[in-house]
Amino acid sequence: MIRRAVAYLDRGTGASPLLRKTLRYAFPDHWSFLLGEVALYAFIVLVGTGIYLTLFFEPSLAKTTYNGVYAPLRGMEMSQAYKSVVDISYERNAGLLFRQTHHWAADVFVAAVILHLMRVFFTGAFRRPRTLIWTIGLLMLFTSLLEGYLGYSMVDDLLSGMGLAIGYGVALSMPIIGGNLALAIWGGQFPGVHAFESRMYIAHVLIFPALIATLIVLHLALVMRHHHTQFRMSPRATERRVIGLPAFPAQTPRSLGLMLAVAAVLFLLGGLVQINPIWQWGPYQVAQGTNGAQPDWYLGWLIGALRLVPGFDLTIGDYTLVGNPFWGGALFPLVVLLVLLAVPAAERRLTRDGSTHNLADRPRDAPGRTAFGMAFLTWVSLIFVAGSADRMYVFLGLSYEGQIWFYRVASLVLPFVAYFVTRRVCLALQEAERIDAERELAEAEAAAARLPAS
Amino acid sequence: MKRFFLALLAIINGFRRRRSEEPPGPSGPIVSPGPPAPRGAELAVAALLLVAALLGVGFMFVYATESVGNRTQWEGLTLGGAFLFLAIALITAGKHLVPEEEVEEDYHDPEHPSEEEAIDQIVRESGSRITRKKLLITAGGAAGAAVGLAAITPALTLGPLLDTDELRDTPWRRGLRLIGDDGKPMFADQVEEETFYTAFPEHAKRDLLGAPVVVVRLPPAQLKLPPERAQWAPMGIVAFSKVCTHAGCAIALYRKPTFAPTQPRPALVCPCHYSTFDPARGGEVIFGPAGRPLPQLPLMVGSDGVLRAGGNFSGQVGPSYSTVRSRGPT
Repeated sequence: MIRRAVAYLDRGTGASPLLRKTLRYAFPDHWSFLLGEVALYAFIVLVGTGIYLTLFFEPSLAKTTYNGVYAPLRGMEMSQAYKSVVDISYERNAGLLFRQTHHWAADVFVAAVILHLMRVFFTGAFRRPRTLIWTIGLLMLFTSLLEGYLGYSMVDDLLSGMGLAIGYGVALSMPIIGGNLALAIWGGQFPGVHAFESRMYIAHVLIFPALIATLIVLHLALVMRHHHTQFRMSPRATERRVIGLPAFPAQTPRSLGLMLAVAAVLFLLGGLVQINPIWQWGPYQVAQGTNGAQPDWYLGWLIGALRLVPGFDLTIGDYTLVGNPFWGGALFPLVVLLVLLAVPAAERRLTRDGSTHNLADRPRDAPGRTAFGMAFLTWVSLIFVAGSADRMYVFLGLSYEGQIWFYRVASLVLPFVAYFVTRRVCLALQEAERIDAERELAEAEAAAARLPAS
Repeated sequence: MKRFFLALLAIINGFRRRRSEEPPGPSGPIVSPGPPAPRGAELAVAALLLVAALLGVGFMFVYATESVGNRTQWEGLTLGGAFLFLAIALITAGKHLVPEEEVEEDYHDPEHPSEEEAIDQIVRESGSRITRKKLLITAGGAAGAAVGLAAITPALTLGPLLDTDELRDTPWRRGLRLIGDDGKPMFADQVEEETFYTAFPEHAKRDLLGAPVVVVRLPPAQLKLPPERAQWAPMGIVAFSKVCTHAGCAIALYRKPTFAPTQPRPALVCPCHYSTFDPARGGEVIFGPAGRPLPQLPLMVGSDGVLRAGGNFSGQVGPSYSTVRSRGPT
């Protein structure tokens, strides 16, 4: 039966040689290599649950009056979009499960991507020949952030509206073109024309997912082409030869198992742990805002940056040139993206090493890179944590203004501290290993010298 | 039905026989089997798969049964559980039932200098008949730029791309009455201190950035408005745009001192990035990222005692953009 299926496939495609090679493709085994896989599987769950949601979501800002089962909203005027999501949550069987699973999957997806990015950075896996894979991955991450933002913005609840208002503020703040840009995107003054909802919808359900899917295919095809990096776990693992488990049979059940485990965790979260209960926020109105509402975690760094910037607009005389949200909402993420994009070329130049590397470093093997990575991570993380200063004020009573001043200073100082500490730790670890190796060698020599004497 | 099943059995049986009749693969074993699987592994995997199947059926049962309480939770538990047991079954099978052998492969050399050379040569030689290279490149560039621009020109339809005057629109005019959240006119003597109100212009759409204002009342002695705004605060009542000049969120917080001698003075606060504005000093920024004061709406009291706008705002409503005036009227 297997033989027949293969024969059928081969007659139609001539793919047997390729398939055979793929089955025996060597995949190095290390726990940290599954982070990217987790992201891939979360994306599959996102597409699946997302398609289900589009069957019931109505992307329309037309006003309607709610008369559904959720009593506190009854009689309230709201958009079709918001009403349809409340209905998905309350009146479509399994609707809330899929909606919450979709939301959780987005949060887990971005988290897995960022952990994967950190693994690739700290092991130097971005070096030649995998530089293009790194670039594609970064583009994917930033597209995903925008995709997630649009996802929760289309719902037209109060949180969506506040998020969109900030997006509008950031668009407006762009130097020179800001006003035109914001008007083009929103079709008019905020909250924009009704067609703005359709624009978000088509971007969220077609344009960005198709873009991300294309980038995923390219990303994986290039990984296949170059083979995965490997650690020096066995003496046979060299720059020229990859040692690993074959894709089939050894990797297949593990990887499928991981996919199902990701799906399991996401559906359990979706069923058991509430996320974004939009019926509590109510429909968006320009004149309303809630206190203490937090966006999805992956936008926290932008909230933090927007809050840390001191209060000034860049002006020429009396006229604004650059609005304040530009610094935290546009320039900051742009700098982060550009720095990460520049990492492979910068390292080639600084180390004067443009050769290909198939062996992954341990973080201590490259103290300079690891130290820079920790400094950069410290910088972004401090700005991220600054976004929670208002919650810290509520929970712990710490002065909000004091915290902001702390983060302003800390985000400029602590990255340098992180750099020097990390570098010292890496060098100390290297030194300890050297001493260990020397002692073992000496002990072996001593033992060898003692043997013939006795 | 019975015949159908018999036919199915016959087909499966046929496949089986044929496979056993076939000669073995061309060149001995490819997959090295390794040590035998631990006893009980197969049974364990089968049991896990059965539990997954049961949970799958359980999900369909919960889905179909309306009387189940906490349906979302049970649905998540059964569906997620089904996936979980499938996952454990597969990982167990991967660890114990499937041969774990190591394979080796060569890393490919990513570069092919001779191929690169050949491509370069093909492209160069393909242009061997062209003599006026510069002319063609210029013409091609012009055509490319013009046609490219033409193709993206319809993007102008997206919005009033070239004319940004619309951003300056507000519905406020001199004499318009202030309408409260409840839809009723706002009487000056009903505005109390130590709280804040939201108001809209009468007969206007509320869904505009320029519409909502926040109204607070302060003891007149505390007011330190710029001299030209001395008449804007009848009975100490001041009104400001409710839209933050930083990023456009609604100013939804009013910080009032619970113990005046030690606590900071009253302030309007945006909950998005905590821009903090001083209503007593004409909306000046006290703290936070906003770069411009909150635009103030001049107020007056009509003969009917209702608050009315004395004109339009003191500055541009909403976030700043290039060409917005940082002080003074728009």
